[in-house]
Amino acid sequence: MNWNRKHLLDIESLSAAEIMKVLETARSFKQVGERAIKKVPALRGKTVINLFIEPSTRTRISFELAAVRLTADVINFSTDSSSLKKGETLKDTARNLEALSADIIIIRHSAAGAPHFLARFLDAHVVNAGDGAHEHPTQALLDTFTILEKKGRIAGLNVTILGDILYSRVARSNIWALTKLGAKVTLCGPATLVPRVFEDMGCRVTHKVDEAIENADIINLLRIQHERQRKTMFPGIGEYTALWGLTKQRLEKTKPDVLIMHPGPINRGVEIDSQIADGARSVVLDQVTNGLAVRMAVLFLINGGVDAQGAAPSVPDPRLGKN
Amino acid sequence: MAEPIEILNPTAMDFAIRRIAHEIAERNPRSSDLVLLGIPTGGIFFAQRLGHVLAGICGHPVPVGSLDVTMHRDDLDQRATPDVHPMDIPVDLNGKVVVLADDVIFSGRTARAALDALNDLGRPRRIQLATLIDRGHRELPITADFVGKNVPTAANERIDVHWKEAAGTDQVALLKP
Repeated sequence: MNWNRKHLLDIESLSAAEIMKVLETARSFKQVGERAIKKVPALRGKTVINLFIEPSTRTRISFELAAVRLTADVINFSTDSSSLKKGETLKDTARNLEALSADIIIIRHSAAGAPHFLARFLDAHVVNAGDGAHEHPTQALLDTFTILEKKGRIAGLNVTILGDILYSRVARSNIWALTKLGAKVTLCGPATLVPRVFEDMGCRVTHKVDEAIENADIINLLRIQHERQRKTMFPGIGEYTALWGLTKQRLEKTKPDVLIMHPGPINRGVEIDSQIADGARSVVLDQVTNGLAVRMAVLFLINGGVDAQGAAPSVPDPRLGKN
Repeated sequence: MAEPIEILNPTAMDFAIRRIAHEIAERNPRSSDLVLLGIPTGGIFFAQRLGHVLAGICGHPVPVGSLDVTMHRDDLDQRATPDVHPMDIPVDLNGKVVVLADDVIFSGRTARAALDALNDLGRPRRIQLATLIDRGHRELPITADFVGKNVPTAANERIDVHWKEAAGTDQVALLKP
């Protein structure tokens, strides 16, 4: 299939075929990262702007490195040193960046829908690097890529997402991606953070952790997001670890080939035992490596994509094909 | 579109591949240095066929791989996003004689992209280009070292190469608009 999207705003609007297209393309880009010369000229002359209105290190560095490996020029924009502090609106900031001929704007924002808002008036390509508690599409793509790489398939697998679901954009994007690709998703955590309403997204919801992880092929642990939570969501960190944390005792009752995933940053000793995080079943660092390949694939694909609102692809010149 | 005109039937295609393999062997007496790299997708089958014949001629297996050139194309902005294919580089290319295999040479831009892609993978001693069909209309100063058949075409015509491995039958056909 051909990729036709100009932006990557969310997973919800992607088809299973489009998700697979990104994952297949990422396989080739992962090879690039394994070579002595880890760079290809696919985005030569393009300007990529990392517009991170909310703090982030790993996602920003991953996107920055992805763009650099595609030979784009990258500018990092952080809130602390910007005019947003002086009261400039997001729209004005984005328009100014576009006036500097940015080709791709990667945005992280604390407000859900901020990337969709930018996509409505910008000519540049927009990539969502996390918008509030809404979606974090590249995280879901790199998670599914890692599962596919390790397990060889997605359909039919039991994936348990454990932790703070309510405030998690990672959870939402993963739920969309996994259910579209045919995995069976179970959500677990404190009832205050895992409400039953998620059953509407096609997931099983349980508040019993042993039951949730018993048959899991993958356990994806989510961080307790201290910055997004009110103090009343659960009584305390110690109780959270006792009731919901992935401890050695709990791990013994899981399938022997279960994969442990975590989008990071890890709160060691809170949602996951430190030794498990570094253990043989943990694919946490594979996720980071794969994130780079997936983000290269996303930037490459959207750079060539035009959507319904964009200009039609120029009339194909027969010489542009392979023959 | 009018009926396709057959340019090569299965027998003629087989003869052309065998002849090219002999030419490669003749040009490169140190056959142990040879590496065949096909350009996806048709070039991969072409490289595998050449490798099979060459193994018989040289008396030892000749490494065959694939070289994706998509990320090095100069027309990425002018077409729908093309498919990126995984690469398979079977041996260290430094000091080797790389024979690039593509089923059709047209503008020469694929071959140019292939040279750039190779640049990132090592420094072969020599790079040669084998193509089953040369249909003319070059836009760059690039010539194939080994050609199965020269086919004069108009720019708006199409050459379709079918491979037994993918299409069930071997054939080269010309399609007029």
